[in-house]
Amino acid sequence: MPRDRPRRARGVETAVRTLLRLMRGAFEPFERLAYRLFGGESPFHHLGALTIYLFWIVLVSGLYVFAFYETSVAGAYASVERLTQEQWYLGGVMRSLHRYASDAAVLTLGLHILRELSRDHHRGPRWFSWLTGVPNLWMVYMLGITGYWMVWDELAQYVAVATAELLDWLPVFTDPMARNFLTEGSLGDRFFTLLAFLHLLGLPLILVGTIWLHIQRISRPRINPPRRLAMGTLLALLALSLVQPATSHAPADLTRVPQVLALDWFYLAIYPLYDLLGAPVVWGVLWGGTLLLCALPWLPPRRRAPVAEVEPAWCNGCRRCFGDCPYGAIDMAPHPDKRGKEISVVDPALCVSCGICEGACPSATPFRSVRELVSGIELPQYPVQVLRERAREAARRLHGPVRIVVFGCGHAADPALVARADTAAVPLVCAAMLPPSLVEYLIRREGVDGVVIAGCRAGDCEYRLGTRWVEERISGAREPHLRRNVPRERVALCWIGTDGTLLRRCVEDFRARLMHARAAGEAAPPATAAGGGGRA
Amino acid sequence: MPEGGATLRLAGQGLAYALFAAFVGFFAVRPAWTHLGPGDAVIKVSIVHRGQPVGECRERSEEELARLPPNMRIKLVCPRERSPLELEVWLDGRLLHREIKAPSGLRHDGPSYIYRRFVVPAGEHVLRVRLRDSVRADGYPYDHSERVRLDPGRALAVDFDPAEGIRFR
Repeated sequence: MPRDRPRRARGVETAVRTLLRLMRGAFEPFERLAYRLFGGESPFHHLGALTIYLFWIVLVSGLYVFAFYETSVAGAYASVERLTQEQWYLGGVMRSLHRYASDAAVLTLGLHILRELSRDHHRGPRWFSWLTGVPNLWMVYMLGITGYWMVWDELAQYVAVATAELLDWLPVFTDPMARNFLTEGSLGDRFFTLLAFLHLLGLPLILVGTIWLHIQRISRPRINPPRRLAMGTLLALLALSLVQPATSHAPADLTRVPQVLALDWFYLAIYPLYDLLGAPVVWGVLWGGTLLLCALPWLPPRRRAPVAEVEPAWCNGCRRCFGDCPYGAIDMAPHPDKRGKEISVVDPALCVSCGICEGACPSATPFRSVRELVSGIELPQYPVQVLRERAREAARRLHGPVRIVVFGCGHAADPALVARADTAAVPLVCAAMLPPSLVEYLIRREGVDGVVIAGCRAGDCEYRLGTRWVEERISGAREPHLRRNVPRERVALCWIGTDGTLLRRCVEDFRARLMHARAAGEAAPPATAAGGGGRA
Repeated sequence: MPEGGATLRLAGQGLAYALFAAFVGFFAVRPAWTHLGPGDAVIKVSIVHRGQPVGECRERSEEELARLPPNMRIKLVCPRERSPLELEVWLDGRLLHREIKAPSGLRHDGPSYIYRRFVVPAGEHVLRVRLRDSVRADGYPYDHSERVRLDPGRALAVDFDPAEGIRFR
């Protein structure tokens, strides 16, 4: 029996991976299309930042609407109606923007969750970000629902009564909350003051706190979308606000029950569920769903690759790996052997084994004349010595008029797709694992004509910052940089994601440029690699 | 740079934003949800009431009182536990709902809370609501019957006040 356990665990792991692969496959056609349209500014690459941005819109428009809002039974509906009708050109637009930006935030948030899940970003060291994201969902929904109450129209009445009945089902309150909505006289103005406090101050403050917690374990969190994407989103929502302004239902009337409602399905879908199946099912779905989300990082736990290791003899405390680690997994401490120097220390709980630190380490240079090349920090499963050997052997096997070495990120299209007699493929864990000096080594020492670094789509690195660091290192804006004596036209960056066709096209375009440059006897023009945001 | 001409990409982006706005705009208000059928009305019964003590009150003897500290010498003592509420709702002579609700509190000495919502066909009905609040008495001390007209969408509230009894509002 004990022998069966690892087999069963492997079976569960395989099933989970298959499921996630299917999910990712569902995203892929849309992502490819969006990448072709938006490039590195694809909305799919900025879903979390877009959600935060939408809340900025919600906040600003909400503050404007609240300036005209009356916190009373009699005044709530009338004040919102006045704003909508008499000031449609600004107040009405602000109200519509407030509603639609909130709805859009649910959409981007939902896609963000599903996308991260499909990429297996919820397990391993990333469990913390996943788990701390769950309360955000509750906060967003509570904010949306209390917002609908404030209008105090028929929809608000429906939502308020159903929410009270749902809460009454829990064995928490003795005096039924739903009694507050029994007759016209049973509801007081203080209810709206309480709502305003919750909606404007209490819940937003908690949400800010949970968002802060959510991004604690990543360095350089992306909380703002690219400017053009932000502008496009705002314009789209503004257009929607003008075409279909948000309006109220008839005023709430507790002597009547709302019959047909124009429901906001982004926020209020649980209420029809309550109508149809009752409170136990709704609470079962809500709590069951929450528990499942919280447990997902351990269903089953991810089998982890060995984390980066520091070699004290070669670490001089330069802090480059410390600055480049996308997950803040590296800290600095006094060096045990070198007085006055620091040493990098890897926190195994945070390390995702991406190898970006290996590419950042200056001691990873392949030009070092030591028998065994050991870097200050490297992945034990793929040390720089092995990387150099693989690249060197691959380069030496090449023959043809234009010899190219393609380094491929492990999360993008397989570089073996483009391997042939004059093109070698060398896999990496992440594109930024490649020390820029290895590019120089291959071109200058091994006589390779060109080097391609292929990886995730621009702005969508599996390890968050890899593509950015590669671009900056190759362009010379970041250490360790590619030295100036290496012609930039002999290096191509192909940010192609998993699209093998784009990889082939990018490599072929690069080859054509190299051949053209050779034929012309001059440097090739700056590259615009097909489809992949390639650069040279 | 992504492939395709700049104009084509710009048009594609515009289409993508339009689809995004259309999706948000559609599900923000559609499809409509029918919460209550066109021929239905609602009766809401909400009662908060502390039932009668489960046992008789009695007077303490002089000896018993003398044994107590001066500040606790109360002559009349009643059992703390309250009777559950027994509610019946009848519509057109048919029992719609019957419920026995225990008093709240760890010692069952608090009020009983009842809240129920019933969807009924709109129209004229004879509504009868009965309430018993003592385990020591037979019958229903509170009993109210009335012919009510429930228009479609009407919410009739039934509540209770010990002084006024059961009220339809």
